[in-house]
Amino acid sequence: MSNKTEKLVKMANDISNFFNAESNKTLAAEGVKKHIMRAWEPRMRKEIIEYSQKDGTGLSTLATEAIKLLAID
Amino acid sequence: MSINKQQDFGTPASAALQTVTLEIDGFKVTAPVGTSVMRAAASIGIDIPKLCATDSVEPFGSCRLCVVQIEGGRGMPASCTTPVAEGLKVSTQSPKLADVRRGVMELYISDHPLDCLTCSANGDCELQDMAGAVGLREVRYNPAGENHLSAVKDESNPYFSFDPSKCIVCSRCVRACEETQGTFALTIDGRGFDSKVSPSQNQSFLSSECVSCGACVQACPTATLMEKSVIDHGQPEHAIVTTCAYCGVGCSFRAEMKGEQVIRMVPNKDGQANHGHSCVKGRFAFGYATHKDRVTKPMIRANISDPWKEVSWEEAINHAASELRRLQGKYGKDSIGSITSSRCTNEEVYLMQKLTRAGFGNNNVDTCARVCHSPTGYGLKQTFGESSGTQDFDSVMEADVIMVIGANPTDGHPVFASLMKKRLREGANLIVVDPRQIDLVKTPHVAADYHLKLRPSTNVALMNALAYVVVTENLVDEAFVNERCDMASFNKWRSFISQDMHSPEAAETITGVPAADVRAAARLYATGKNSAIYYGLGVTEHSQGSTTVISIANLAMATGNLGRKGVGVNPLRGQNNVQGSCDMGSFPHEYPGYRHVSDDITRGLFETTWHKELSPEPGLRIPNMFEAAIDKSFMGLYVQGEDIAQSDPDIQHVHAALRSMECVIVQDLFLNETAKFAHVFFPGSSFLEKNGTFTNAERRISPVRKVMTPLAKYQDWEVTQMLSNAMGYPMNYNHPSEIMAELASLTPTFAGVSYEKIDQLGSIQWPCNDETPNGTPIMHKDEFMRDDGKGLFMLTGYVPTAEKVTPKFPLILTTGRILSQYNVGAQTRRTDNNVWHAEDILEIHPHDAEDRGVNNQDWVGIKSRSGETVLRALISERVQPGIVYTTFHFPESGANVITTDNSDWATNCPEYKVTAVQVTKVSQQSEWQKDYQAFSEDQLDLLAQGMAHD
Repeated sequence: MSNKTEKLVKMANDISNFFNAESNKTLAAEGVKKHIMRAWEPRMRKEIIEYSQKDGTGLSTLATEAIKLLAID
Repeated sequence: MSINKQQDFGTPASAALQTVTLEIDGFKVTAPVGTSVMRAAASIGIDIPKLCATDSVEPFGSCRLCVVQIEGGRGMPASCTTPVAEGLKVSTQSPKLADVRRGVMELYISDHPLDCLTCSANGDCELQDMAGAVGLREVRYNPAGENHLSAVKDESNPYFSFDPSKCIVCSRCVRACEETQGTFALTIDGRGFDSKVSPSQNQSFLSSECVSCGACVQACPTATLMEKSVIDHGQPEHAIVTTCAYCGVGCSFRAEMKGEQVIRMVPNKDGQANHGHSCVKGRFAFGYATHKDRVTKPMIRANISDPWKEVSWEEAINHAASELRRLQGKYGKDSIGSITSSRCTNEEVYLMQKLTRAGFGNNNVDTCARVCHSPTGYGLKQTFGESSGTQDFDSVMEADVIMVIGANPTDGHPVFASLMKKRLREGANLIVVDPRQIDLVKTPHVAADYHLKLRPSTNVALMNALAYVVVTENLVDEAFVNERCDMASFNKWRSFISQDMHSPEAAETITGVPAADVRAAARLYATGKNSAIYYGLGVTEHSQGSTTVISIANLAMATGNLGRKGVGVNPLRGQNNVQGSCDMGSFPHEYPGYRHVSDDITRGLFETTWHKELSPEPGLRIPNMFEAAIDKSFMGLYVQGEDIAQSDPDIQHVHAALRSMECVIVQDLFLNETAKFAHVFFPGSSFLEKNGTFTNAERRISPVRKVMTPLAKYQDWEVTQMLSNAMGYPMNYNHPSEIMAELASLTPTFAGVSYEKIDQLGSIQWPCNDETPNGTPIMHKDEFMRDDGKGLFMLTGYVPTAEKVTPKFPLILTTGRILSQYNVGAQTRRTDNNVWHAEDILEIHPHDAEDRGVNNQDWVGIKSRSGETVLRALISERVQPGIVYTTFHFPESGANVITTDNSDWATNCPEYKVTAVQVTKVSQQSEWQKDYQAFSEDQLDLLAQGMAHD
């Protein structure tokens, strides 16, 4: 994993940590996805989706779920 | 133009609504109850002679010059201490009064140097004026008698002198220090003839507790306390009202001028943010604007190892435009971007983001608020619906409980701190949440009821514990919540926050704050009639910065502390225009007015006005720009007024990113640290050289007015416009007022703002539109600004920071600022403010110092996972054991060599406040410091070479 990807993974996990307070995990994943959608530049979104699909090591469960939703959008 | 002196009414205005009518010298006058006879007289143009009275401090009644006669009354009362009453008949002139006044003046003048013609106050001396007013023609007392004429001057303060030989002991300075500033550094020492003004315990001004705010100088009616600039250059001849370019208080000043030279900056009595008060920076530290280090010619170079070459503006602009277009051709449209500055005007920031979005064709624009208050923007937008504080500064005077979280107002926002201290002296309760003992915890006549001394990084746990007490002890303002908030979110939050994991007892293990104190503080906040929260970067600059902002909003909503005076959520913004730079759309995902770039309707508005198709995708944030630069996909950057090479965290990473880019354009007053990595330098203009507006922490849009010709010919907005035109995107503004008009036409919260209205009202607090044509001092009065008008509660789980203390890095470093220096120090380091703070130092607790054999003034190495630097140590109990503290005002300190790349989950605001470090005694600078010093010297040499070729 490149240093840049590592940082994106950390960012995705940090966002997920906030939304983890939501007990409804569908809502939580939707919250993470929406946040990334609104705040991340397209290149960053593309990179995290590709990483998640190829490997995904280091991504939290919630982050992984959210990135799946992101890929669908 | 003229100096147009501001009227002094003698005593402060009364806030009473009830009025009385009286007669003064035969004229009827109606005044609020509590007004002095002196002020009532002044209001109808009758100036009663006075010396010890001035309208910035409470009346004292000592000089006896303002005596009057009242029909049916006995004696001759002082008009400054006599309140108006219904039907009073006052005479301000009579032979008897004239005799008394002449006698008083004769006594004053008998012990005063008669050097009016050569005195620095000549033409601006109230003693001189009063001698004339009372018709003093002779002094009968023996001049050889005992006097104070040989008293020794105190020249220790770099900005003003104290000449006790000219002092009339009116106590105006002492009262200003107490009432206006709240420092209590001055006193009257001795009794009777020996009475004299004394800083602290007969110390010099410089060695006393004086904070050099200038209130005493402002209050002095003679030349006793006098600006050295006036002594050197003489009295100013005209004045222009403008706004300070330092902190987020945004004080209004009169720039008092002689031609194009600023003689002094005098706080504007009509200033709605500062009411005539100032601090050492705004009042005195303006010399940087004409400092010899100013670079005033555009420069270019191919590589950062090349000497700079001075070129014409035309060549510099064309070169920069050509480079940016070249990079876009080679690396793609998204390979360039810009960074705006909170030190620049609203209009300059607006143009920068317009250039980026419409000229560059992407949304890669970010601002320095990224590294300070971006979590405020996010958290308050989510909960309240608007990215701003809720109150005006004056609101604090109606607060009954004040909670200060992660802010140090006496150093960071000193003029507002003085107002806050005034309210605290009146009896408001104070809760301080801070790992360090800031001055407010215990300062003259102010003591915190609770100092919740939490461990850095545990804000959320503490805020949740406060909320737990509110909810579980039935302290929720149910009526407010029911009427004003989204009930589904509240019910979810109530259930979440009442879990025992959030109890003060559970939180104590995380925060280190005794549960009993948390419970007591929560009860105080929730049950105070009006409770207000003020917070700063100690909240935002954490990995959970946005979560803490949200938790603050939750707490305020739950207790109903919003929507009226005396309450609210008040972010204390660091720089002068942090609020404005965010308002102007300099975040990569938002247009002006905080509207997302993906919103089709908003984007359509801008596309129509700007005649350009705009990207619906968010751009890169500053740290993402750095990552992309190292990845070779972001190759050009236009930085206006920011010094990212000093201010941003993990600075070695930032330097690597800057070295990776092919074209870095820096627009600044000086060859700052970032400019040492630049290829194009556009000389900037200081706040004294431009027109525009700043928006302070209370959303107040205030005028910035050009008082001198730009040293480099152009105002900053003109340079951005030239670059845009050279890049093929036309801009044709003739004046910043046209830029503001465009912004207002596109932004609902600014729809009613115009330069004409700002001139008319003095300043405007947005939102300002048809509904609130004169602006909005207090927000969310009837409903919140979210789409449904309801406040939204959000869940705020505590997530420990990834930055852990370990045996290798056992201490936590936290950073902050000091009164006399400002941010990266580019301005204040080039002033005499260095006499107070000439270097950054490391505060360390005595226990930690003893463990390491560290003494005061020792060099200590501070090592983190990111890097190492060396500072001098100061042993201090202001920090807790296990915590060390430093400021970041000097580039050679390398404070950001140590900080990490951890950042807020929502906004990527860096976690400056939490870095695990080890501290050891050392004997020399760190390797980074040596390398950087060499690099910096080389760069200054390359600058000198370029200038030599001119």
